[in-house]
Amino acid sequence: MGKVVALPVRPRREPLLPNGVLGMLLFVLAEIMLFAGLISAFLVVKGLAVEWPPVGQPRLPVEETAFNTGALLLSGAALAWAQARFRRAPSTALRPVLLAVALGGLFVCFQGVEWVGLVREGLTLRSSTHGSFFYLIVGLHALHAVAAILALGWAALRLAEGRLRQDTFASVQLFWYFVVGLWPILYWQVYF
Amino acid sequence: MAETVPSHPPAPEEGHPHHEEMSFWSKYIFPLDHKMIGMQYLFTGIAMAMVGGFFAYTFRMQLAFPGIEVPGWGLVSPADYNALVTNHGAIMIFWVAMPVLIAAFGNFLIPLMIGCDDMVFPRINRLSYQIFFLSVLVLIASFLVEGGAFGGAWTAYPPLSAKAEYSLTPLGSSLWLLAVALEFVAFLLGGINFITTAMNSRAPGMKMYDIPIVVWMIVLASIMFMLSVGPLVAGAVMLFFDQQLGTGFFDPARGGDPVLWQHLFWFFGHPEVYVVLLPAMGIVAEIITVFARKKLFAYKTVLYTAFGTGILSFTVWAHHQFVAGIDPRMAHIFTITTLLISVPIAEMCFVYIATLYGGSIRLTTPMLWALAFIAEFLIGGVTGIFLGASGADIYFHDSYFVLAHFHYTFFPIAIIGFYAGITYWFPKMFGRMLDDRLGKIHFWGTIIPFNGIFLPLFILGLAGQHRRIYNYEHFPELATPELQALRVLATVSLLVMLGFQLVFLVNFVRSLRRGEKAPQNPWKANTLEWQAPSPPPHGNFATLPTVYRGPYEYSVPGRAEDYWPQNAPE
Repeated sequence: MGKVVALPVRPRREPLLPNGVLGMLLFVLAEIMLFAGLISAFLVVKGLAVEWPPVGQPRLPVEETAFNTGALLLSGAALAWAQARFRRAPSTALRPVLLAVALGGLFVCFQGVEWVGLVREGLTLRSSTHGSFFYLIVGLHALHAVAAILALGWAALRLAEGRLRQDTFASVQLFWYFVVGLWPILYWQVYF
Repeated sequence: MAETVPSHPPAPEEGHPHHEEMSFWSKYIFPLDHKMIGMQYLFTGIAMAMVGGFFAYTFRMQLAFPGIEVPGWGLVSPADYNALVTNHGAIMIFWVAMPVLIAAFGNFLIPLMIGCDDMVFPRINRLSYQIFFLSVLVLIASFLVEGGAFGGAWTAYPPLSAKAEYSLTPLGSSLWLLAVALEFVAFLLGGINFITTAMNSRAPGMKMYDIPIVVWMIVLASIMFMLSVGPLVAGAVMLFFDQQLGTGFFDPARGGDPVLWQHLFWFFGHPEVYVVLLPAMGIVAEIITVFARKKLFAYKTVLYTAFGTGILSFTVWAHHQFVAGIDPRMAHIFTITTLLISVPIAEMCFVYIATLYGGSIRLTTPMLWALAFIAEFLIGGVTGIFLGASGADIYFHDSYFVLAHFHYTFFPIAIIGFYAGITYWFPKMFGRMLDDRLGKIHFWGTIIPFNGIFLPLFILGLAGQHRRIYNYEHFPELATPELQALRVLATVSLLVMLGFQLVFLVNFVRSLRRGEKAPQNPWKANTLEWQAPSPPPHGNFATLPTVYRGPYEYSVPGRAEDYWPQNAPE
């Protein structure tokens, strides 16, 4: 936390995790519990249902989403690559960060296209609990993805100006890894 | 996370001349200083306590004298009654206990007690209060909209809360839900700040076991809050969708499950009890050691016990649902975990009593409150055992026995804990001493009527009186003169107790303006906040302290003084 204290030299505590990273870690823990709540609610309702998906409701596009999942995972890998390059020479990390932003953007856009198709097939927020949960859980994840992409874009901007600090970058990364790591679980639980 | 930049330019060594120039707005309305944000939470919490107390007065008058024109409110209609009890509960827990015990004391105490100049994320801290204030406004707005305020109980069980046809408050219930959700966001931000600050900003030399218990308790409470609030936020979003967008998450006719809400609510709701209990326990620990002039008995035991309580508290939630149609085998498991959790809490009470044993006890006003906390909370804890056992709970469920039980826990936590803390830290907060004589009058004037309110309610509960009944005249076996006399006794006691709160307000305002100037360390305490000036300036310490020992070294043999500040080298 680059704070200069104008006092006689005194031993500073070297924290285990920088403030930004610890703060983000705690936030991510709360977010994990939020999604855990949603997933368990979904599983309870699914378990009570006689037939799943409910009669007359379309099947979710499992294969297309598998491709989409791949894009998101690659985006996470690109960011890990960016971190490796950042450690050696910060300026070289810009391109992988932008790649991660682009892949993340692709994921969100693809989801949008998928939703339009599903609404056309008759799966809406009100059509059944299946639709309600699908749009709630996947939509909430998409909102997180958009927020994380904006944060990554901001980090890229700082990086281009040469003003990105390691701990700031680390906390943004942590949020993106949360969004990326959460998705396969949602995909597995909601789509299958 | 751009918030790691320092909140203010590095302070010069003394005098802090540039702080004098701050405008009224940046000092009092949009402050970054943790003490001022704590004050904002404190005064908002006190104001909300008055609202919650007024609600209690109104519906207690209706219960004791059905159909009366209540002075200050008028005739209480059934819808009014429901809205009043609902919002009394919600306000007292979400807008009084949490902001005062965690946010106000946490903000004020954590940086001072761990010896640093401010929270690590001061701007997030300011945002936390602003969101909290917004939640207050939304809650007030819910009273003013068409259809009136939400009246579906503070637990907001669907289907009553989910559909406007049932609740008859199409807007009020959604605004209520929104206010609760905003309040959670505020405390999430505050909690992140508390934990990060306590972990990363401690004064040099302060090891984990040198952290004062109250700081540990607030940190643990924040961790528990963050881990439990997620599922309820998920449930709140689902309920909001059910109310406003026409989904059927909790509608069995459309494949939903109303009991699901109860699980999501109580998964948060039960840890929440300990989220507010632990800070109160911490405040009591500080006060007891200072005024018994004795080392806290078994510091590490208290700490590990609190950790254990935190973990166990996540496994007890379904004891609220024994009659909600859950599997009886599940009820067995939750009975066992619920009875288990009384062990660590009892252990903490024993530790406090062991701390008192052999001490040179000083019965100052804060000490009286701390002792009263143990005594009254014990009654709440013991009556809880009957409710934790599923067999007994089937009989007691939703009766006044439950109501009296949780008021014997929440009143000590939120009110006694608050008074203990405020009378103890008032000199540090405002630089003046409170009047001790008025403080004691206020203490006895609160404690005796408090028991007068809730002891009769245990008897009424055992007689079978159901909660949430607007008028008992329609129930012949509950409308007997004997039972009505108990209701009147409870209401009269409440009036007396509310009257005595004026003594506190007078004492507070008078001491603020004309109280005796407080010395730096009036109680001769060890913890770091007492080594800063009273009241501490912006930046807290003239020289940031270094810590040499634990917080509870009182009456150490061989020392001339009976206390040993944490930052004193020798």
